Amino acid sequence: MSAAMRDDLPSPGATAGKETDAYNFAYLDEQTKRMIRRAILKAIAIPGYQVPFASREMPMPYGWGTGGVQVTAAVLGPEDVLKVIDQGSDDTTNAVSIRRFFAKTAGVETTTKTRAATVIQTRHRIPEEPLRDGQILVYQVPIPEPLRFLEPRETETRKLHALADYGLMHVKLYEDIARHGHIATTYAYPVEVAGRYVMDPSPTPKFDNPKMDMCAALQLFGAGREKRIYAVPPHTRVRSLDFEDHPFRIQTFKQPCALCGAEGVYLDEVVLDDRGGRMFVCSDTDFCEERRAAGHQGMMVDPGASDPSPEGEGGSRRKARDGWGEARHAARAGKRAAPSDGLRPPPPPYGGGSSDLPSDTAAEKREVVAKDKAGETR
Amino acid sequence: MSERPLLSARGLTKYYGERLGCWDVTFDLHEGEVLAVVGESGSGKSTLLGLLATELAPSAGAVHYRMRDGVVRDLSELTEAERRLLLRTDWGFVRQDAREGLRMGVSAGGNVGERLMAVGARHYGNIRAAASDWLARVEIEAGRIDDTPKSFSGGMRQRLQIARNLVTHPRLVFMDEPTSGLDVSVQARLLDLIRGLVAELGLAVIIVTHDLAVARLLSHRIMVMRRGRVIETGLTDQVLDDPREAYTQLLVSSVLAA
Repeated sequence: MSAAMRDDLPSPGATAGKETDAYNFAYLDEQTKRMIRRAILKAIAIPGYQVPFASREMPMPYGWGTGGVQVTAAVLGPEDVLKVIDQGSDDTTNAVSIRRFFAKTAGVETTTKTRAATVIQTRHRIPEEPLRDGQILVYQVPIPEPLRFLEPRETETRKLHALADYGLMHVKLYEDIARHGHIATTYAYPVEVAGRYVMDPSPTPKFDNPKMDMCAALQLFGAGREKRIYAVPPHTRVRSLDFEDHPFRIQTFKQPCALCGAEGVYLDEVVLDDRGGRMFVCSDTDFCEERRAAGHQGMMVDPGASDPSPEGEGGSRRKARDGWGEARHAARAGKRAAPSDGLRPPPPPYGGGSSDLPSDTAAEKREVVAKDKAGETR
Repeated sequence: MSERPLLSARGLTKYYGERLGCWDVTFDLHEGEVLAVVGESGSGKSTLLGLLATELAPSAGAVHYRMRDGVVRDLSELTEAERRLLLRTDWGFVRQDAREGLRMGVSAGGNVGERLMAVGARHYGNIRAAASDWLARVEIEAGRIDDTPKSFSGGMRQRLQIARNLVTHPRLVFMDEPTSGLDVSVQARLLDLIRGLVAELGLAVIIVTHDLAVARLLSHRIMVMRRGRVIETGLTDQVLDDPREAYTQLLVSSVLAA
């Protein structure tokens, strides 16, 4: 970060790994990056305060992370290692495209490993692995104003922030409890930063809110369409709003991840067929893959199938069904390849027929699948 | 009741550019006192109320208010934060159009609880208890607490507005034509309710109305306005039964059996 924030960076085009010299380093021109860095510095100085900035047109549509990309471009240095995640996944369209964008325009190294990354741009998740000092987490934010749906006037919301007049936020939570018996807000759950500003943590699930509290990494939020940047400096208090008799609670899952057996992590539901078949798997793909590489197994992984560690737990629990592995794989590959707009993946092929696996990298990376295929041929 | 007035206006004047809103209004209001401001439309009643409630800035003159701690403050010198706190704790404002005074998308309970939450209440059970208590006091069924005001009748909305304003036990309530637009039987019920609450809580009220019957029922004192000026003040029955000014005589005589 220290390198990234300086103005005396090597002149554009000096980076070795760059594919082309047609773009300035990290796409934006130096003056624009400078302007964004000023906004970022101000945002860090006033944790949770939304700093207006002159958001630029980016070569992508609004809603795809134009704010996050600009922040990333402004903090990125030639030595940085970039990871991009979209709903926890490294291999969806959005994540792959943004990673390639910076590989091309900045020539920086990219990775899918949380641990190896220095800058992580994210949409809707915080990695399961605790972040460390020196890392920067960049959020893509659609609507930065937590009071927006309660108070439509921008002039008024600014006044409310200035006066720390946040009773309205609790009216929303009150309504939740009155209607549902509990606080039913599950994402974009409002937080109070450093005891002052109330902030929208972007549409991350509230499961991730505790991770923001006293986080060692710097958290930056960029909203391109709304032209706002805000930040949570490292080791800053982030408190989720609640009532004394209805304290903040995160989501819990009844079962562990079906692939890696992890508990206490955020899970995605994957529909397997049209007969009610479903599985719950880690939303953080990197975390899941690392656990599986370390020998952890969930209930739905076939233990007999060329597993290097046959003593892995959950082996006996495996309930084999014809074609299950294929279906699961196709479902997962389908889910990962589709833009995550909340649509379900197309119904996977079931029955033990030959697989027509999509040949994208996402599919190839899932060695589990290969194992399963081997298992199915028994 | 203190000897010192709760609110005192001195020489309040408001110009909208060339046009006169109200001119040189001076009066004192004591705790527990109900003052009616009457006059035909366009006479400056609402401008005066806006000036008193700090929604408008006066062109000349000042309003002083005795805060809960006994300190008399010039309202124009309050900071925005102080002003908002005053508005939602020690004051109430019941508007003619309930849609301006309520959050139409928020349940009745949330509407009543909003002021409590704004001043720091963070216990759901207590907020809800206070809300249902107040709904009962304004005769709204307990079963409607989670309904939004959209589903309420006009009379219910006005009563909900009153509950929402009184939940923080204000000392002064502004009312801008609270009964107009309601049918006569609902009006009567609402006036009855307001009169009961005012007497019970010892509220000071400044009520703007064009309806002399409302003024007679609720107020102790009356101020008659015409063309931005106060032309006659006095005890309500005195002014209504024995009007001195020609305009007031006209006003009184044009009402059917006030």
